[in-house]
Amino acid sequence: MARSRGFWADWTFGKVAALSAFLVVAILVALAVVLYGESKLAIDTFGVWKFITSKVWNPPMNKFGGAPAIFGTIVSTIISILIAVPVAIGIAIFLTEIAPHPLRTPVGVAIELLAAIPSIIYGMWGLFFFAPFMRDYLQPVIHATLGKLPLIGHWFQGYTPGIGLLTASIVLSIMILPYTAAISRDSFKMVPDVLKESAYALGATKWDVMKDVVIPYAKLGVVGGIILSLGRALGETMAVTFVMGNQPVIPHSLLEPATSITVTLANEFTEADTDLYLSSLFYLAFILFVMSFLVIAIGKFVFLKRVER
Amino acid sequence: MDAVRRRKFINGFILVLSTLAALFGLMWLFWILGTLLYKGLGSLSLEVFIGNPPAPGDNTGGLKHAIVGQTLIVLIATLIGIPVGILAGTYLSEYGGNSRVANFIRDLSDVVMSVPSIVVGTFIYAIMVKPAGHFMGIAGSVSLAIMMIPIILRTTDDMLRMVPPELREAAYALGATKFKVIKDVVYRAAITGIVTGVILSVARIGGETAPLLFTSFNNNFFTLNIFQPMASLTVTMYDYAMSPYKYWQQLAWAAAIILTFGVLGANIIGRVIAHYKFKK
Amino acid sequence: MAFVIEPKEPVKIVVDHLKFYYGDHQVLKDISFKVPEKKVTALIGPSGCGKTTLLRCFNRMHDLYPGNRYEGRILLDGENILDPNYDVIRLRIRVGMVFQKPTAFPMSIFDNVAYGLRLQGLKNKTELADRVEKALKDAALWDEVKDKLNKPATALSGGQQQRLCIARAIAVEPEVLLFDEPTSALDPISTAKIEELVVSFRDKLTVIIVTHNMQQAARVSDYTAFMYMGELIEFNRTEDLFVKPKEKLTEDYITGRFG
Repeated sequence: MARSRGFWADWTFGKVAALSAFLVVAILVALAVVLYGESKLAIDTFGVWKFITSKVWNPPMNKFGGAPAIFGTIVSTIISILIAVPVAIGIAIFLTEIAPHPLRTPVGVAIELLAAIPSIIYGMWGLFFFAPFMRDYLQPVIHATLGKLPLIGHWFQGYTPGIGLLTASIVLSIMILPYTAAISRDSFKMVPDVLKESAYALGATKWDVMKDVVIPYAKLGVVGGIILSLGRALGETMAVTFVMGNQPVIPHSLLEPATSITVTLANEFTEADTDLYLSSLFYLAFILFVMSFLVIAIGKFVFLKRVER
Repeated sequence: MDAVRRRKFINGFILVLSTLAALFGLMWLFWILGTLLYKGLGSLSLEVFIGNPPAPGDNTGGLKHAIVGQTLIVLIATLIGIPVGILAGTYLSEYGGNSRVANFIRDLSDVVMSVPSIVVGTFIYAIMVKPAGHFMGIAGSVSLAIMMIPIILRTTDDMLRMVPPELREAAYALGATKFKVIKDVVYRAAITGIVTGVILSVARIGGETAPLLFTSFNNNFFTLNIFQPMASLTVTMYDYAMSPYKYWQQLAWAAAIILTFGVLGANIIGRVIAHYKFKK
Repeated sequence: MAFVIEPKEPVKIVVDHLKFYYGDHQVLKDISFKVPEKKVTALIGPSGCGKTTLLRCFNRMHDLYPGNRYEGRILLDGENILDPNYDVIRLRIRVGMVFQKPTAFPMSIFDNVAYGLRLQGLKNKTELADRVEKALKDAALWDEVKDKLNKPATALSGGQQQRLCIARAIAVEPEVLLFDEPTSALDPISTAKIEELVVSFRDKLTVIIVTHNMQQAARVSDYTAFMYMGELIEFNRTEDLFVKPKEKLTEDYITGRFG
């Protein structure tokens, strides 16, 4: 049977397009499978729970425990989110309701451009400028204030050269700040003007409109956005590598040097000289992959999906 | 009526507070930007662009090897990312539509977009660098391409779906095949949007360091061989900034400002195109 | 050349040589007329004539956006509400508004109606409940929602949501209520219900309603203002304006010769 003109071009194009789309699925599956396969040796050697809870990371002794890196990743992510979110929401409120109109677009664009600056720039600034600032100015203030608190005071004590878990967390928070602010603002902007107007028409102030209409309306979007920022902080490498200190320990104080999964990978991956060492590093990468997968899945599919509907 | 006065007071208080929060946040960001401009512009010279890599302790030399390496790595990543991303986006919009398979692929693509970039680096190390036995530039390109594909897929999908169905129907009514309709009508209607997406995705991956650390690695010599380790601005910055030599640190700042200008430049071009396209 | 009558009833609002600008663009051109108290006044005219712009001057909604400028005066009980020092928050408590599309807030039905009351500092639970019930009854919605007051307001139909917005607006007992084409997004049955409500407010509060539907203006209003290209062409008792218009433009418009 004769095919009409152009049949084969049509057929081929459809198949190639389908193949490309399924390639994306294949990449994700391959990522999971390959990372698991490379970690297999470490998983068999150390197990799952033991690896996650073991604090010993000693390459010369061929002993590898993931607890310090996992601890550093989780703590730095939480601290950076705690710092960045209130400030980012402040910026978003400022940009949607407060700033004089001629300022809104330029400041908004400036924030978006700051979000586009490579994270390695933040890391370099952290190393050369923020770490000394931390050592000379912030550390004494922290000792005198947070360090005096009961129960948690010891987290904020000790003298360091300015490089450590808290420094890395602060640099990380500055790096995710524009991103978080931009998505919070986008969520706030989705609130229809007429809804805000009807609250104003009842005699509401700007803050009344924000808290009673804009924030409830945009809540899911903002929470989803915060979770996406969290995912970003979790997997960020270059902003923290310079200033974390790369000490494979769980520090007694947040001011002390520590490590995280990404910092360990960046510093040690090319130096791993035994199979078990390399496999343990892959194991950490696999754990990070799973953590970020869970965070993204929750952020995207629990919160942001509902916004679209 | 006291309630009104109280509300106005709280309102004023919160407005001041959020303005302060905004200023506080912006202060840090401008500190970083100011530092970058001050250190970076001060380090720029012709030597930076054309000089060969400096020897340890040397006070001359430039970033030619890293600038060329960076350009080559990103260029090849783009050459891989564009066809795959656009075709995949086309499949979702034109063949998948709102089917469950298409939506599933969209979700997975969003997940791929959010995989930590250093994890992508370890993945490529396992499948390319380890079998080859050495680092190579092309492995860096593939890492970046993996990060790029979901971005291009997303924008292509969105842009194609904005093309009105009547346009497609009009072409079908003339007896065109699906391929012809897509090629001659749909792509043509959506071309600006797709180009914008590509430019923005280049801006997004152009500044990535982590996926290159274990793939293209670094090279202290100028090379155009993509099957050899290759220097990039980002990895060079990392190495030079951590080095004890003042001149190397200075070069790291020069690399920082070149990279930032490149990335922001691409970003601004993308935005300007999008702005004019969607203002109409 | 405009024909503007002096209403017999007591006057609630005096519009005195009002001009309004969006940036450099003049939208309202020297408008003067008097809005009678506790009557329904309709603003009609072809789209773009400035009727909605005029309506939004009465609660200074234009203040929310930059580049807007008023000239002239609007006197509410003799006080100029366009004075920059006039407290807009208190103004908007006295002058309520219902919008083109239903604007239910993302909260429960009860909280929607109670919102304005709470803004005014009313905290007493029983009093809140009483006022909400009264407002919902006055908006002819009580029987439909009394069993689901804690359900989200967005679950209601469009017509119900619009009546909810009316209940929310009247709960705070405003002196003036502004309607901006309140039925343009609704089906005929919902429209009829809203029109009944508007008529029921006559003698209780001063209503100003913008509508693009001349029959609606004829059905619900006591006075009608016809506007064209930012100018007030004719202001008259509704039956007079529709039966024997004084201006040629008015006649052309109501007989459907343009617009």
